[in-house]
Amino acid sequence: MPWSSRPRDHAAPVVMAGMAVLLALLVFDAAVSGFSEEKRLSVYSGAASYSVPVREQNGAEYVGLLEILGPLGTVNGRTDGGVWRLNFNRVDGEFTPGQTRARVQGKSFDLPANFWLENGHGLVPLSSLPGLMQRFLGTSVNFHENARRLFIGNVAVHFTAQVNKTNPPTLVMNFTSPVNPTIATEPGKLRMVFNREALVPPGSQTLTFDSPVIPSATFQEGNGAAEIAVNGPVPLFASFSNNGRTITITPAPQSAASAQAPVAPSTVAPGGPPPPVQPGAPAVSPAAAPSPVQYFVVVDASHGGDERGAALSDQLEEKDVTLAFGLRLGQQLRAQGISTLVLREGDATMSLEQRANMTNTAHPAIYICLHATSQGTGIRLYTALLPVGSENQGPFLDWTTAQSGFRAASEAAESSLAAELGKRQIAVRSLLAPLRPLNNITAAAVAVEIASPSGKLDDLNSPAYQQLVAESIAVGIEAVRNQLGGAR
Amino acid sequence: MLALALGMSLYAWRMRGRATQSETPAEYAHPVAAPVQGPTEQVTLYVAYDDPGVLRAQSSSIPLPAGRQERAQELLRELLGLYMDKASSHPLGPGSEVRDVYLVDPGLAVIDLNDAFADGHRSGVLVEELTVASLVQTLATGIPGINRVKILVGGKERETLAGHADLSCVYDISAVAQMVGELQK
Repeated sequence: MPWSSRPRDHAAPVVMAGMAVLLALLVFDAAVSGFSEEKRLSVYSGAASYSVPVREQNGAEYVGLLEILGPLGTVNGRTDGGVWRLNFNRVDGEFTPGQTRARVQGKSFDLPANFWLENGHGLVPLSSLPGLMQRFLGTSVNFHENARRLFIGNVAVHFTAQVNKTNPPTLVMNFTSPVNPTIATEPGKLRMVFNREALVPPGSQTLTFDSPVIPSATFQEGNGAAEIAVNGPVPLFASFSNNGRTITITPAPQSAASAQAPVAPSTVAPGGPPPPVQPGAPAVSPAAAPSPVQYFVVVDASHGGDERGAALSDQLEEKDVTLAFGLRLGQQLRAQGISTLVLREGDATMSLEQRANMTNTAHPAIYICLHATSQGTGIRLYTALLPVGSENQGPFLDWTTAQSGFRAASEAAESSLAAELGKRQIAVRSLLAPLRPLNNITAAAVAVEIASPSGKLDDLNSPAYQQLVAESIAVGIEAVRNQLGGAR
Repeated sequence: MLALALGMSLYAWRMRGRATQSETPAEYAHPVAAPVQGPTEQVTLYVAYDDPGVLRAQSSSIPLPAGRQERAQELLRELLGLYMDKASSHPLGPGSEVRDVYLVDPGLAVIDLNDAFADGHRSGVLVEELTVASLVQTLATGIPGINRVKILVGGKERETLAGHADLSCVYDISAVAQMVGELQK
């Protein structure tokens, strides 16, 4: 059939362009596909708790035997002819690639799917782990296969949960071992994810409480982790105590609306803006709390938990120094009649977003973030170096530059702290710093980096020095209190 | 739109490839690079001094290639050479390197550091801030037209350099200049 001699049309170039775009997008998707969430198996034992990657092979999930057994003892594997021999703490195993029949301590063991060998590493089906581990370890093993969590021996961490009918109500969760979950808040929920703890569910996976503020909590597990979600109609806040064995959930502190409260000239219009919107998170409108608590100051001891901060010495970690300072500063401020919220009162892991969210939800007049260093001497005060950000959307502030409307208040506070430190002969320097979460805070925000006064690290931990610095900061805040206005 | 999609794909492939490259062994204390071709030019390096915690502008004559991106890479490698020296005023961890510098029009520069740079960096607000200010200000001064800088580590975004200095953001050159001014006092 001859080609048509119709006039040239525009459909063909458009179709080709569309196909090229589709091809480019597929290429891009393939390029970034490595970033998708990896499947993992968590192993909990008396010796160690750890996680290993899970891979798919011929439609089944597999794990590496060396990776599983390695943290639990002495293990080695070698190929001997067509057989892969494994020795774990003098227990021998034999596996044949492409076959299901294996031998452990001379006794046959059938795998539910073929054994694979890859670069000298033996891979076994996930579902074979309980039987295999019991034979190698000689101890009971409990496997939550759907959640990919393996419990070796009597390691389970249990918890109880009870709502105290105080005002506001508090949910107190007590754990049989210290825990350190990552915490995230979203509308109607506070989620705690336990990546390293052998947390097991209570009798029921849904706990209900006789409280309209904290009506329920749910337990679920998956991809090697356990999660407790606490549900509530108001934003919730978690604090740690009892060396990580107790988590207390309360409604997040909120300021009462007050037409009489003085407003600092450079800050927001009366009523204040809602907290800035975090990228990817929906805006949270402050809901009415049963009994609002006003905090003038939020004190944030940086780092904590998994994140130790700087190693100030072989024995001293930044997170411990900042915690000590934070608690002392909180006490000093309260002693001066200044209502204070100390974000971290124990060795807990908190992300920068959590710190900023909790602070902004509390609507304080000032946020003080504490750091410590072994370098240099004296105190360094920092206000936020603002990065490139996006435009505010009406009442919603851009997350990365939320601090921008509070710069004058931050600088006023910084000057006041510097003056008080100077009066006490403490060397002080004021700088800008690209230090989160200062730029995310909707209040006056100052970071304090504490170094030894003399260059000797012992002085950094000296109660006298810590008290001197805490007093200076507290008096400095008091001196500028009227400029900062009330809690917002 | 087609060009944008193709450009994004190419950039993602390039970043992924870089992320799987093996790192320079720790025993190489100095960046290894081929000799630079080009006439010697006077440049300003912003050099950090831990004692007393300041930044100082320092003039240096170095051979610079003609290409803008190559000039940017060479500037930062020269700066890094100072820090990797035994008598450095602001020591960096062994194996620290600037893997690459990308200039993305208009006005955005992306500095890609290697993992050893961040993993071996001393932790502290001021010591990390000095490094960031040194890199950003040297680049912005030496390569006209740059007004924003993004810092990656191993081709990926990292939250902080060593626990403190923010690497999740894009740096505004004018704001950094203000910080540099304070660090020079």
